[in-house]
Amino acid sequence: MRMIRTVGKWLDQRLRLGAPIRETMDHPIPRETASWFYVFGSAALTVFGLQLVTGVLLALIYAPSAGEAWNSLQFLNHQVTLGWFIRALHGWGSNFMVAIVLIHMVQVFLFGAFKYPRELTWILGIFLLLMTLAMAFTGQVLRFDQDAYWGLGIGASIVSRVPVLGPAMVTLVLGGPIIAGTTLSRFFALHVFVIPGFLILFVGVHLLLVLKLGINEWPMPGRLVRRADYLDKYHRLTRTEGVPFVPYGVWKDAIFSGVILLAMALCALYFGPFGPSGQPDPAIIRTVPRPDFFFLWLFALLALLPPALETPVLLIGPVIGLIVLLALPFVSGEGEKSWKRRPVAVMTVLVGAVALGALTNLAIDSPWSPVMNAWSGAPVPWQFVSGRTPLQIQGALVLQAKQCRNCHSLGGSGGRRGPALDAVATRLTADQLVRQVLQGGGNMPAYGKNLNPAETAALVAFLETLHPARQAPAQDASMSAGAQP
Amino acid sequence: MTDLSRRQMFLRIALLFNGVIGLLLAVPIVGYLLSSVVRGRKSAYETWISLGSIDQFPSGQTRLAKYRNPVARAWDGETADIPCWVRHIDNDAFQVFAINCAHLGCPVRWFPQSNLFMCPCHGGIYYADGARAAGPPERGLFEYPFKILNGNLHIQAGEMPTPGLPVAMNMKRPPCA
Repeated sequence: MRMIRTVGKWLDQRLRLGAPIRETMDHPIPRETASWFYVFGSAALTVFGLQLVTGVLLALIYAPSAGEAWNSLQFLNHQVTLGWFIRALHGWGSNFMVAIVLIHMVQVFLFGAFKYPRELTWILGIFLLLMTLAMAFTGQVLRFDQDAYWGLGIGASIVSRVPVLGPAMVTLVLGGPIIAGTTLSRFFALHVFVIPGFLILFVGVHLLLVLKLGINEWPMPGRLVRRADYLDKYHRLTRTEGVPFVPYGVWKDAIFSGVILLAMALCALYFGPFGPSGQPDPAIIRTVPRPDFFFLWLFALLALLPPALETPVLLIGPVIGLIVLLALPFVSGEGEKSWKRRPVAVMTVLVGAVALGALTNLAIDSPWSPVMNAWSGAPVPWQFVSGRTPLQIQGALVLQAKQCRNCHSLGGSGGRRGPALDAVATRLTADQLVRQVLQGGGNMPAYGKNLNPAETAALVAFLETLHPARQAPAQDASMSAGAQP
Repeated sequence: MTDLSRRQMFLRIALLFNGVIGLLLAVPIVGYLLSSVVRGRKSAYETWISLGSIDQFPSGQTRLAKYRNPVARAWDGETADIPCWVRHIDNDAFQVFAINCAHLGCPVRWFPQSNLFMCPCHGGIYYADGARAAGPPERGLFEYPFKILNGNLHIQAGEMPTPGLPVAMNMKRPPCA
């Protein structure tokens, strides 16, 4: 014990770190901020620390070579002792980190912590969010499987739409003309050296600012921020009602961080590592590429935007979003902090959360993607073929063979790109069905060249039977009007 | 005080000296960083390569072919094996389509029964001749220029086609022999 104290003293005489550490531990924080609402920043830091450790551990084995990366991931999953667990921890750590950083940002926004004098802390936080997302994307690329390969293709296609510079930027991002070895090396360098370097630097300054400016006090409705007297008021608050950070604030941070680490470990244990899915071989085209969870909303947006709006929204949208976030503390640097008196702020968070949630939910379902094997794989429920004439049965076969069900469902199975056909006869008459099938339109390809008259007649005969038993099929109003006496 | 201003002048000279050296070093560093772009601008990536004998592609059918990208490194593995769709119309008339959807580059799949290409990502659909049929793409499939040499089908390829790329394959031009 005495030995340890002597060594400690010897070190401190040289490093001189004891006093600043003690000062940091004892620095007064407003009593109410020792709260469970203030634990997300430290939790993000803890997860980041674990990501650094598991990242280094994975780099011990991982081969950042396009030809070998996938094999080295299989080796990690199946041969290396507990390799699967380290991969799972790193993958789940990534999801937890994005989630916690987002929650932290929402809390800071709703508690008005971005206002004077903490503008720079907020701005650094924006960059930390961007870098966290960049880590998530580059990490998905290092899991060099089919999703990574085609995900890079999607990224390249988006980048290529930048006016004038687009194609050059694609070559720069890919490190060559195609997605190959230089692409993976480039993303490895970004994921392992460049972005983590900036992350560590920015996290350091972010924390330093929290210490220098003090943690945001608990927002009270009616207690307004004014540049003229805020600092005096804050110092009075910490001096009169302040409590030392250690142990008043830190114990909740520590417990929450522990809970998060435990949750991550349990997720890693229970769900296991993410992929890798199939080999990154572009010649394997029987694939259905999907992005990772936190980019699913973008996948949905790209499917749902009108084509003409896509490029402007993709290129200008992020710039506007970034400008709004960066300008926020300057536009709204003073005034009310409490979310109870900031209805627009609350609405912004709610609308943003609902929008992202709805898009993500849609993307999990992705009704816009054709079901590529529905034509051969999805069963035809008996009630659609029972009691039909030979011609109608022939039509049912045409419907299967011509891949109609890749986009149209029948009895709940099949694609949902186009409308379900269960009751199509109640919406379209025979003539309208013929026109729709042959000419297409409304986002349906024209089948005129691909169906002979006999096939068309059979198909329409079958489609005409698709209406509920007690509901009459659609009729041409002009014809029936003429038929009446 | 003159001593101080003298030292400040030395400091300025030192900073200027380092700035000049820094600029000199920046030239090769930026050049190295942009090496892939600079090479690409001379369109050095595009080369004529053979897809093999035209007998593999029966008239009236569309088949998947695969080529080793002309710009490939030993460690690229299977990522440099690029697939494409070859449509043999008749005689010497061919169309060679890139595998990448013109929307966001996912691999399109050919369905001979309905004569359509379908994309599994966002549902882009194309007709047999590569023209856009439905879905989010704003144009038809990318086409490689081709020529037939000694009974072999050659295409000009090398770079992954993307919607913004102004290379030869975006423009339909007559096959040059």
